Amino acid sequence: MEFLKKFFERTEPYVEKGARFHWLHSVHNGFFTFLFVPKTTSASGTHIHDYLDLKRTMTIVVLALVPALLFGIYNTGFQHFKAIGELESSGFMQLFFYGLLKVLPIIIVSYITGLGIEFIFAQIRGHEINEGFLVSGMLIPLIMPVETPLWMIAISTAFAVILGKEVFGGTGMNIWNPSLLARAFLFFAYPSQMSGNSVWVALGKNDQAIDSFTGATPMADAAAGNINFSPADAFFGFIPGSVGETSTLAIILGAILLIVTGIGSWKIMLSTVAGGVAMGIVLNIFAGTNIYMALPFWQHLIIGGFAFGAIFMATDPVSAAQTEKGKWIYGFLTGILAILIRVLNPAYPEGMMLAILIMNTFAPTIDYYVVQGHIKRRMKKVKISV
Amino acid sequence: MSDPLFSNKNLKLLTEPLGKSNPITVQVLGICSALAVTAQLKPALVMTLSVIAVLALSNVIISLLRNTIPNRIRIIVQLVIIASLVILVDQILKAFVYDVSKQLSVFVGLIITNCIIMGRLEAFALGNRPWQSFLDGVGNAAGYGWILIVVGFVRELFGSGSIYGYRVIPDSWYMTNGGFYENNGMMILPPMALITVGIIIWIQRSRNRELIEN
Repeated sequence: MEFLKKFFERTEPYVEKGARFHWLHSVHNGFFTFLFVPKTTSASGTHIHDYLDLKRTMTIVVLALVPALLFGIYNTGFQHFKAIGELESSGFMQLFFYGLLKVLPIIIVSYITGLGIEFIFAQIRGHEINEGFLVSGMLIPLIMPVETPLWMIAISTAFAVILGKEVFGGTGMNIWNPSLLARAFLFFAYPSQMSGNSVWVALGKNDQAIDSFTGATPMADAAAGNINFSPADAFFGFIPGSVGETSTLAIILGAILLIVTGIGSWKIMLSTVAGGVAMGIVLNIFAGTNIYMALPFWQHLIIGGFAFGAIFMATDPVSAAQTEKGKWIYGFLTGILAILIRVLNPAYPEGMMLAILIMNTFAPTIDYYVVQGHIKRRMKKVKISV
Repeated sequence: MSDPLFSNKNLKLLTEPLGKSNPITVQVLGICSALAVTAQLKPALVMTLSVIAVLALSNVIISLLRNTIPNRIRIIVQLVIIASLVILVDQILKAFVYDVSKQLSVFVGLIITNCIIMGRLEAFALGNRPWQSFLDGVGNAAGYGWILIVVGFVRELFGSGSIYGYRVIPDSWYMTNGGFYENNGMMILPPMALITVGIIIWIQRSRNRELIEN
């Protein structure tokens, strides 16, 4: 570590204003503060800072994503070997490495594209590189089908970072969750790669799938009217789906870390789940002969992207509601909308992405009315002395 | 009076709407049709020509009549003139380029409601001489048109893999034929037209800082 520190300190004069490599100064600064605690102190305003700056916050979220990522990698291998009927004859490491070879390129492409764009914009605008993409870059691979072509990942990442974030002024200014925007872009631009039954399980050109293989996710099956997944499989994650979303257990592990460290809002998580449960119960009551509507309400929480969205997407501190009361409303409506879209709209097999994006749009409105209500209530107590 | 036909002042009427006072990117008028007809280049081009014709002619006519139109009924007079010209254009399109006319469908008729036309009549033709009004009309319609054409070009290229109806992306690239490429379905949808216009506005304003509002 010492030589790294020396390297950055020694190169510092070269990137100062007027020096030869000044155009690299935000890159230099970005890496330096990524590795070491910044040595600058406040010149004005607040002088006492929490040790928990943006970089540490982001690191914890990435840590919270690790269980889902590891399981996603394993599950990619698991689904592949299951599809070609060689599950029994393949060892754990074989499964894991197959998944790693599939998932790692997606992660690399997502990070290179996103960080590259962030670096370029920071350089042009002359401000520091923001760390916001550290999490987005990890979230994007986790919510994509494993068979998404890499160039599509690159385009959607670029779209999300440029039009979802940079046009609004960079990290902290975005209206929508950037990683969901990347997914939404792919969903509408290349529907054949984002839905259907052939994109969720990695199959090489020469692989021969066994006869009983369909590749459909539990939700695609349910929408078609047959429920054929076991709740245990769905909970532990042995089902086809986007890379990181399948295992509810791994997601809960991440959620615990987020809640314990206070980085993710437990209010949003809880109210989103409550919204999903409420809508599920309502659908159960009015189900009649509709098999999907009759799906026990708690099973909605473990299939598809509901858990992942509730824990990692809806809680994005920038695009979610900011007020405490607003968080309850925001989360609850997200849960309701997600299940509503999922079950009742045949065009969209999964509603979580759209639900969160819609609620992102309305979050400022919710906050506005919460604050106004607050002001009104307090104003009643004000005694006007003449 | 003694101005030569193409004096600097007159030329400015023609060129300014192309950039600094562009009806779409600066005044943000005529957005609706810009979104609707730009999924492909051909309709965008035909729309551009139609708007140039309607705007230039109606500008000239209003300018000729400007001293005889009673102020209180000027809007209705303007509408009558625009509407007659639009019907004329519509009939010509139907006669000579029927398929494009079908594609444009109601949007040719809706040129009547295009705010750019009404705006130029009110703001310019009512107070200026016919030649200047003509230049102003052509300039504004061309300023509107080149945005349409750029958006149409981008959307057709990435959305359908062709330019002006000719395939430019080889068939063998497509996934259905074993390649790697796929058309961007979002380009066909109106939101992407809005985003493309937005990007043009972004580029224009970062090049020309005086356009940025406070």
